[in-house]
Amino acid sequence: MSSEQDRDIIICRCEDITEREVRECIRRHGLTTVDEVRKILRAGMGLCQGKTCSALVRRILAEETGKKAEDIGLPSARQPAKPVEFGIFLQEGDR
Amino acid sequence: MKYDAIIIGGGIIGASIAYNLTKQGMRSVAVFEKNYISSGSTGRCGGGIRQQWASPENCKLAVKSVHLFEKLDQELGFDTEYYQGGYLLLAFTDEEVEQFRKNVVMQQGAGVPVRLIGVDEVAAKFPFLDTSDLKAAAHCRTDGHINPMLVNQAYADAAKRNGADIHLFTEVVRIVRDRDRINSVITADVRTFETGVLINAGGGFSAEVAAMAGITIPTRPQRHEILITEPLEKFMDPMVIDFHHHIYFRQTKHGSVVMGYGDPHEPYTHNIQGSLEFLKTMSLMITKVVPAMKKVKIVRQWAGLYNMSPDAQPILGKVPGVSNYYQAVGFSGHGLMLAPAVAELMAELIVTGRTSMDISDLSIDRFAGRTEFKLEKAVV
Repeated sequence: MSSEQDRDIIICRCEDITEREVRECIRRHGLTTVDEVRKILRAGMGLCQGKTCSALVRRILAEETGKKAEDIGLPSARQPAKPVEFGIFLQEGDR
Repeated sequence: MKYDAIIIGGGIIGASIAYNLTKQGMRSVAVFEKNYISSGSTGRCGGGIRQQWASPENCKLAVKSVHLFEKLDQELGFDTEYYQGGYLLLAFTDEEVEQFRKNVVMQQGAGVPVRLIGVDEVAAKFPFLDTSDLKAAAHCRTDGHINPMLVNQAYADAAKRNGADIHLFTEVVRIVRDRDRINSVITADVRTFETGVLINAGGGFSAEVAAMAGITIPTRPQRHEILITEPLEKFMDPMVIDFHHHIYFRQTKHGSVVMGYGDPHEPYTHNIQGSLEFLKTMSLMITKVVPAMKKVKIVRQWAGLYNMSPDAQPILGKVPGVSNYYQAVGFSGHGLMLAPAVAELMAELIVTGRTSMDISDLSIDRFAGRTEFKLEKAVV
């Protein structure tokens, strides 16, 4: 994806995780899926839920494992689609 | 290919047993995991660690586990976010206070530094709680929480360094048994692995794993839902559990709050879909106990399986009639916190045939010929 000197670029903006950290995590633990990187490094666990970084992590995984990006699954989507306040779910009187 | 021990399940129980087997000198150990490390119940759980239990068996194991957790990061060379911020149990009725009083005496006898505290002290020390309906609370300062995914990975990595093979994305689909002995397992990609012993660490699928070996065990899967909030400034030290509203919550190192609600009417199924009903109930319960939560945002919800046993306590050890099958199953939602102790004792049992702490009360024999059981009540 990038040359050696560019590896401090931010991959996950919500959680402030760099390309270098993603690569090191993949190599250290022998990871092959976006879900594993997400659970260990928090990349994609922030407020945007990985809308931007999941595809980037997948491309890095493809490079590190020698697989095609499309053969590496994207992470399981979890609701809600956008952060929402607890108060929304309360009845009028409880708010 | 032949191993001395094959473990089915790469959750916290399987990974920690693999590590302890290699640590105790077993040479060829393998874990078979149908997905990846912590993809099942471990990676979905609340992450609490407490020694405040209603049964002496659970208490003893939990105390031993906390001693091991205290040294674990150093032993495994991993920052698992283990945090001894304490654990607070809330009582809202006189019956609950009476039960807590009895439990505290038993727990103190088991070496747990726990005490019952009054509402004024709770209000002063934990101002985030609405104490208007509270009667009392039990607090243990050496309880706490941990990052489940990290501690699971830490055990798996350490087992691997010690020579264990961790087969990820490799489902065992058949167990070959000849009379009283298990000979081998066959994987979905049609490979056969012979084994000296087989260990069932199947979590939510423990009954299915046992069934492949022709063994019937009384464990059942039950969905438990959970969510996480946006990160907040640190406002709470202890994890909190409230059996009255069936909720628990903790603030992670990252700042977000993890919380779950255990629906007492949840059926026994493998369903792990998150529901809107959960968000509604959780919102109602958490804002009663922590009113400031009304303005806090939910970021993500999910669910995982408790592997329930008939008395909500784990089932450990061998089964009658099969010489080389072992199981560590039925943790009923508290496998993570018991794992360090259970894994060490299970490895002792497998390697030497005896254990340094008596766990025979937790063997499957306790259910023989019985239909009613003394239930561990301190479960959400």
